Amino acid sequence: MSTASPAAGLAAIQPAPAPRRRLPLAWIGLVPFFLFALLFLIGPTAHLVVGAFQTPEGGFTLDNIRGLFTPQIIAAYWISIRVSAASALLGAVIGFFLAYAVVHGKLPPWLRPAVTTFSGVASNFAGIPLAFAFIATLGRVGLVTVFLNETFGISIYRMGFNLLSFWGLTITYLYFQIPLMVLIIAPALDGLKKEWREASAILGASSWQYWRMVALPVLAPSLLGCFLLLFANAFGAVATAFALTGSTLNIVPILLYSQIRGDVLYNPQLGFALAFGMIVITGLSNVLYLVLRARAERWQR
Amino acid sequence: MSGARLGPWIVVGLAALYFVLPLVATFEFSLSMLRGTWSFEAYRVVFADPAFRQTFGFSVLAALATIVLGALLVVPTAYWVRLRFPRLRAVIEFVTLLPLVIPAIVLVFGYLRLYNSSSWLPFTGSAWGTNLLLVFGYVVLSLPYMYRAVDTGMGAIDIRTLTEAAESLGARRRTILFQVILPNVRAAVLSGAFLSFAIVIGDFVIAGLLNRPAFGPYLALIGQNRAYEPAALAVVAFAATWGCMALLQLLGGRAPGAAAAPLRTRRKAIP
Repeated sequence: MSTASPAAGLAAIQPAPAPRRRLPLAWIGLVPFFLFALLFLIGPTAHLVVGAFQTPEGGFTLDNIRGLFTPQIIAAYWISIRVSAASALLGAVIGFFLAYAVVHGKLPPWLRPAVTTFSGVASNFAGIPLAFAFIATLGRVGLVTVFLNETFGISIYRMGFNLLSFWGLTITYLYFQIPLMVLIIAPALDGLKKEWREASAILGASSWQYWRMVALPVLAPSLLGCFLLLFANAFGAVATAFALTGSTLNIVPILLYSQIRGDVLYNPQLGFALAFGMIVITGLSNVLYLVLRARAERWQR
Repeated sequence: MSGARLGPWIVVGLAALYFVLPLVATFEFSLSMLRGTWSFEAYRVVFADPAFRQTFGFSVLAALATIVLGALLVVPTAYWVRLRFPRLRAVIEFVTLLPLVIPAIVLVFGYLRLYNSSSWLPFTGSAWGTNLLLVFGYVVLSLPYMYRAVDTGMGAIDIRTLTEAAESLGARRRTILFQVILPNVRAAVLSGAFLSFAIVIGDFVIAGLLNRPAFGPYLALIGQNRAYEPAALAVVAFAATWGCMALLQLLGGRAPGAAAAPLRTRRKAIP
């Protein structure tokens, strides 16, 4: 996986490059950083990846990976992927419209820094307090729930809504997904040059044609990349879901959390495989994001 | 484009509604602990709770340790790489971005397996060692932000000229680093520091799994057992995050050679 390559690269890199000027010992200056990264970032991850393919005695096996394909674990991955994908997709679409409105919507100029600052705060406002905030809003006695019920007689809970469910979690995740999207897509939107629009207008293109043939193809790698980043962002999140649903909604990070605390799967090695699966999924979406970002930057200089 | 003025307003208005409502609801909820009247009772109860003060104090200390350690690790490395190993920058940057790929829960799982009390480096064997491991974990989590901020800050000053000037005046390496380079990237370090602070205060997973008495696990506990106090705590946490970000904006907008406009460039830079 992507985590193994830097470790392998390190061994080759450290002693090799000799500085152009005096002091052949210059590489010593980089030792603390690489040592730290090896001990507390790459080492522990590599340990889990290797452990995913080992028996408790240390022999090679694929049983752990095979062990992931039980109904309980597949269900956990499936709901995790669904929540992450839904919150990433909605977050990307809504965040895109919000960013576009702020960047190109001819709104008052003070609005953009305000939205950017707020997005910076909100994208960092994940975790347990966010869960508390949504319980106070859309919980059974939350402000919005009660307001809708008393004013319009609409009981969202009787209509099947539940905060401790797929949609509840998705709506909550959007609170940090949309701002993150605004922050990362705004530079790409800045890259949409006014000249392109004018040029296409002069050539007789309609607004729709401009979007379909100019703007969207230019933005496509950014949009897809942002979606993947948002997906990985949601996939690794534990705290919000934990505080919101306890263990009623068994998403993968929560399953792993319970497994680490008390071996709920009755097989210590399965924990390694569970973690390995998470790294594979977030790793893949991040690698794809990097590839797409490299393509997108062509238009942003 | 007619109607272009109405559409954006509707989008922004709806978004504002979605983002402000939970804040209002939380605040309202936190004020309604006493039946029939609005009061700050929930806040009084929270602030009077010794566990709140202990866990919050613990997390603040951990955050400060994280910032100091992170700066000590990142500033010399970023400086040295820019000065001597410019070709290694991409490798270092890749490593610093890994914490965004590897979920924190996976990382701490690795720690528990690798550094348990019967291993070659038994961090978790003692409370002291576990605290150290906790701080190391936080340094890893804040690495992407810290490195990014400092590296951008270094890019804005001419470190080569500064170094050569200091050298010709007879300064030693340590003097150059701490008396010349560090003051010049102070604002960048600070902007990384505030993000680290927000991360540490908000952390639940690492402290929870390492069994440390930090603020995150305390929040989770209160959330399971109380009704109104969690709302008050959420307001406090949001105010703390907001305060960090406001300071960050202030520093970013003012300081010379700093990682200016930290929020936008930061996010843009992070894959």
